[in-house]
Order: sequence, then structure tokens, then C-alpha cells
Amino acid sequence: MSEPMEDKSGKEPAIVVKGLEMSYGSFVLMRDLNFTIDRGDIFIIMGGSGCGKSTLLKHLVGLKRPAKGQILYDDVSYWDAGPEVQESLKRRFGILFQSGALWSSMTLAENVAMPLEQYTSLPPAQIRELVSFKLALVGLGGFEEFYPSEISGGMKKRAGLARAMALDPDILFFDEPSAGLDPISARLLDDLIIELSESRGTTVVVVTHELASIFAIGTNSVFLDPDVKTMTAAGDPKRLLKESPDPKVVNFLTRGEGARQQ
Amino acid sequence: MATSEFKIDKTQDGALLALAGEWKLGSAIPAPDGVLAGAVVKGQRLAFETGNLGEWDSRLLVFLAKIFEVCRRDGIDVDDSGLPAGVRKLMHLASPENQRSGVTHGGARQPFLVRVADSALGQFKGFREVVDFIGAAMLAFLKMLRGKADFRRLDLIVTIQETGAQALPIVTLISLLVGMILAFVAAIQLKMFGAQIYVADVVGIGMVRVMGAIMTGIIMSGRTGAAFAAQLGTMQVNEEIDALETLGLSPVEFLVLPRMLALMVMMPLLCVYADLMGVLGGMIVGVGMLDLGVAEYYQQSKAAVHLTYFWIGLFHSFVFGILVAISGCLRGMQCERSASAVGYAATSAVVTGIVCIVVATLIITLSCQVLGI
Repeated sequence: MSEPMEDKSGKEPAIVVKGLEMSYGSFVLMRDLNFTIDRGDIFIIMGGSGCGKSTLLKHLVGLKRPAKGQILYDDVSYWDAGPEVQESLKRRFGILFQSGALWSSMTLAENVAMPLEQYTSLPPAQIRELVSFKLALVGLGGFEEFYPSEISGGMKKRAGLARAMALDPDILFFDEPSAGLDPISARLLDDLIIELSESRGTTVVVVTHELASIFAIGTNSVFLDPDVKTMTAAGDPKRLLKESPDPKVVNFLTRGEGARQQ
Repeated sequence: MATSEFKIDKTQDGALLALAGEWKLGSAIPAPDGVLAGAVVKGQRLAFETGNLGEWDSRLLVFLAKIFEVCRRDGIDVDDSGLPAGVRKLMHLASPENQRSGVTHGGARQPFLVRVADSALGQFKGFREVVDFIGAAMLAFLKMLRGKADFRRLDLIVTIQETGAQALPIVTLISLLVGMILAFVAAIQLKMFGAQIYVADVVGIGMVRVMGAIMTGIIMSGRTGAAFAAQLGTMQVNEEIDALETLGLSPVEFLVLPRMLALMVMMPLLCVYADLMGVLGGMIVGVGMLDLGVAEYYQQSKAAVHLTYFWIGLFHSFVFGILVAISGCLRGMQCERSASAVGYAATSAVVTGIVCIVVATLIITLSCQVLGI
């Protein structure tokens, strides 16, 4: 069992997770998840492979319905709200999927333009300008007419980020942003995440198990333990490393160098 | 909510652009032309004032990007210290210095003759690939006959089940209906001469000699050929085929051979079944609408359909089995690495399969004509 985070001073909650239970059919993946993601935080969801990190992310972005419990965005429960409220909430999310999830039949410009065309009534010329700016923001200026199959994995990820940022979302979700990137690209992406968070106060939720990233960008986190099927730690990852009483958490944060349990 | 505003004032060494109000997406982004006109010239400085700036998003950034571009073009110095720190950071990230230089896409359009030649060479290369693939499949088959081919027996059994038993419902439906259609078409003509009984001959010979095989072939091309192409195409996308090759396993033996064997075995069996269903369909029309007796229809069919016709039909379906398997697997193996490529591979497999079936039917029918069977 874990307690909701109470040690924040004067921060507004962006997402509140209450008693969340996640399951696939009758198989319960995690239960009793309670935590708060504050506005402007870079929130890390950590845990070993297969513990349900990505599934938790799918719950947070409204792709999967919780088996039990609630997820509140500004006190609005996503699954209890009507379709219009759900749509307006979704408009506030930007999601970067693990492999970029770019639509392969569209150019990068068309990929980024899609959300803008869907949700705004801007004229095509201005959409084009916005798209070029977003691509430049992730260092892909000049790649507008390229197809996803013509660029590298790291570039796909950055293009995916440009698409996720198209509508200037309040909350950006990242699924394993640094997976498959070289250390320098991973570092640049981390810097970009920090800059995005700092420049516009965007709330960022990151699923990752890259320790370097966790310590470099994380301001708050939860740790999911598949053995007890719930979260076993929450808080600033740097503080958890020093203070966590749970050997599994320390083990995770020190690549197994801490208290060896298994 | 204050709307976005901007105002330009002259200063001693240039101009000051004051930004105020909310700059949020939703309304048009102001055009940069004319904003700076006259206020600031080459060699001077443009500064910013944002004391009354409210909430902002990409709308402000794109506006500033355009202003910066004009300044760069006209040689005006930009002093961005008056902008909020967040804006400065994002503008820096998106600045041209942070983009990769010399990005080109596609290149110049080739002259007409070059394009024609490229296309012809591409066709030739495609033809060579087809021949290579058929050769590889043939070699794998010979290796299998000598008992040396590497493939999992379980794959073969599962493919046999998928291409055989699971195809029965659709084969039943289509062949029954084709038999009935043949009977209807023949009945209209034959009734005029009071020769309804010969409907049994038309349906029997038509189905057994060629229609049963062709219909099964086309069904299997749409059903199984497309599935093979999509399966192998997805494996290509996921690098599973590369993984087989690095293990020293031949993808043709491991993936294509079991599929080809399964169809070689199952197509003739499905064809026999389709023949029976077609004759049954004809009988339903004959008995139900032409007042023929069941025994009468049966005897007439039995007398009309020679065993030779049956063997010809089976030979057709055996050939179709190989063609459908090869076209499905070939298109799957040629698949490129994207989702749309998998769709293209499946479509192309069905088209290739059907074209091959029709051409093969013509060749076999002509050969039978020449041989007098």
C-alpha cells in the first residue's frame, strides 16, 4: 500500500490517480495505485520490464479503461465524462509512442499537421508554418517532405515528439523516450524534455527504465513492483535513491549494485 | 481575455516591438510583412518588450520565427533579452543553426528517357527476382524430396489446417452457387429444346473439368495467398526473416516450402470437394426447378463426366496451388519495411495469383486441345 504524495507545497495537481486497478481480462496487473502528478512536474513511471508501466501510461491517456478506481484531470474523471469532455481532455494530451508511431503513408509534415487540421480551423498556409516550426523545434527543419521510412529511429522519435507537441498540449506523455537511441541523442532528448517543461510549464509523464534519464529529468516518480502488484515507492527519484527503505527500489536505482535481493 | 496585440516603436538604435495580451492558437497568426517596415533598417537593432504578455503558445513562437527570419534576411540585429526565458529557449531550439544543413529530398527530376530506361530496368530486375525466387523454391522442394530441407513439421500441419479444413465453408458456398448459376444459364437455353436433362452434363463437365479448380484457385488466392503475403511481409517488417538468415536457415525452405507443400496437397482435395458441391448445386436447380428426378440427374452426370475430366481438373488445381503459394510468398518476401508495404504485398499477391491462374488455365486448356483430351 502506498500513500498519495502529500509533500508538495503549493503545486496544483494535473492528474490524480485514485485506487486504480489495471487488468487484462481476469489477470490483475496492478492494484491500489494512488498518486498525484503535479502541474509542471516531470513525472517518471519506473519499474522492471513487463511490470505494467506502458499499461499505466495507456490508462493515463485514456486508451484503456481502469478495472477499478478513477483518474482525474482537474477533478474531472475521464471515464465518467461524456464524449465531448473526453475529446477536450484528449486535446490537452500529447503522446510520444515508443517507436514514434508515425503514420507511414504520410510525410513528416502531414503527420504533424494532422492534429492541427483535426482540432483547429487555421488556414492551410498557417498550419504549414506551424508544422515547420514544430519540426525545427525538434531539430528536423528541412525534413518536411520526408516519409518516416526515409529517416532514422532517433529522427522518427523526434518527429513523433513534434506531432505530440502540435497542439501545445498541457500534458506530454512519453513511452520509453530514450529506448533505441544512442547516448548523445538520448541526452539531447532529455534536454528537450526539460526545456519544454520549463519553457511552457508543460507537465511531462515519462515511462522509462533508463537510470541516467530518470535522475537527469525526473522531479517525481512512482515505482511499480510486479511481485506485490502495486506501487512500492513514490517521490523524487534522487531522494528515493538516498532514502528509500525498500531494497528493491534501491536495487533498481543502482542497477543491482545496492542491496542484492534476487 | 485580452487578444494578442503588438506595437512597434522607434528607439535610438532601432525599434522596440511590444507584445501584449494572449497569444494562443485558434486565430490567425499575424503576417510579419509590414510589421518592421520603416521602423528598423539594416544594421540597427530590434528589441522586445513583453511586460503585458499573457499566456502564449506556438502562435507567438511562429510569429516571432517569422519576424526573426525577416531580420536575418534584412541584416537587422535581434536582441531577444526582452522575451520571456521560455520563449527564448524554444526560439533557440528552432533556430536555423540547430538544424541539419544540406538536407535535400528526392533531387532533380530525371529526363524522360532516363525515367523510361529506369522503369525498363526495374521491370527486368523484378522479372529476375521472380525467376530467382521460383528457382529457390524449386531447389528447396528437391531438397525436401531428399529429406534434407529445414522446416518445422508443425508449421506444415498448421498451414494445412489453415488452408484446408478452415477454407471449407467458403469453398462450399461459392461452389454450390457456381453450380446453381451454371445450371440456370444452361437451363434457359436447353429448355427451349426440351433438353433440360443435359443441364447435368453442362454442370458436371463444367465443374469437374475446369470451374471447380478455377473457383477454388481464386478463393484460395484471395484467402490464403493474401494471408501468406501479409504474414511474410510482417515478418520482413519485424526483421524476423533477417533473423532466420543469420541463423543460417533459408527463409525459402523454412517459410515458403511448408506453405507451398500445404497448398499442393490441399488444393486438389478442395477441388474435389468443390466439384461435388457444384454438381450438388446443379442438382438442386435440376430437381427443384426443371422437374428432373434425383436418380435421373445422378445417372446423367455419371454418364457425362469421364474420369479423364476429373484428372484434368485435379491437375489444374495442383498447378494453381503452387502458383497461389509462390505468388503469395514472393510478394511477402519482396515486402518493404512499412505498414503500407504489407498492404501492398497482400494486394499484389492476390492480383499476381489470379493472373497466374487465368494464364495457366489457358495454357492447360490449349495443351489438352492439342493432345486431344
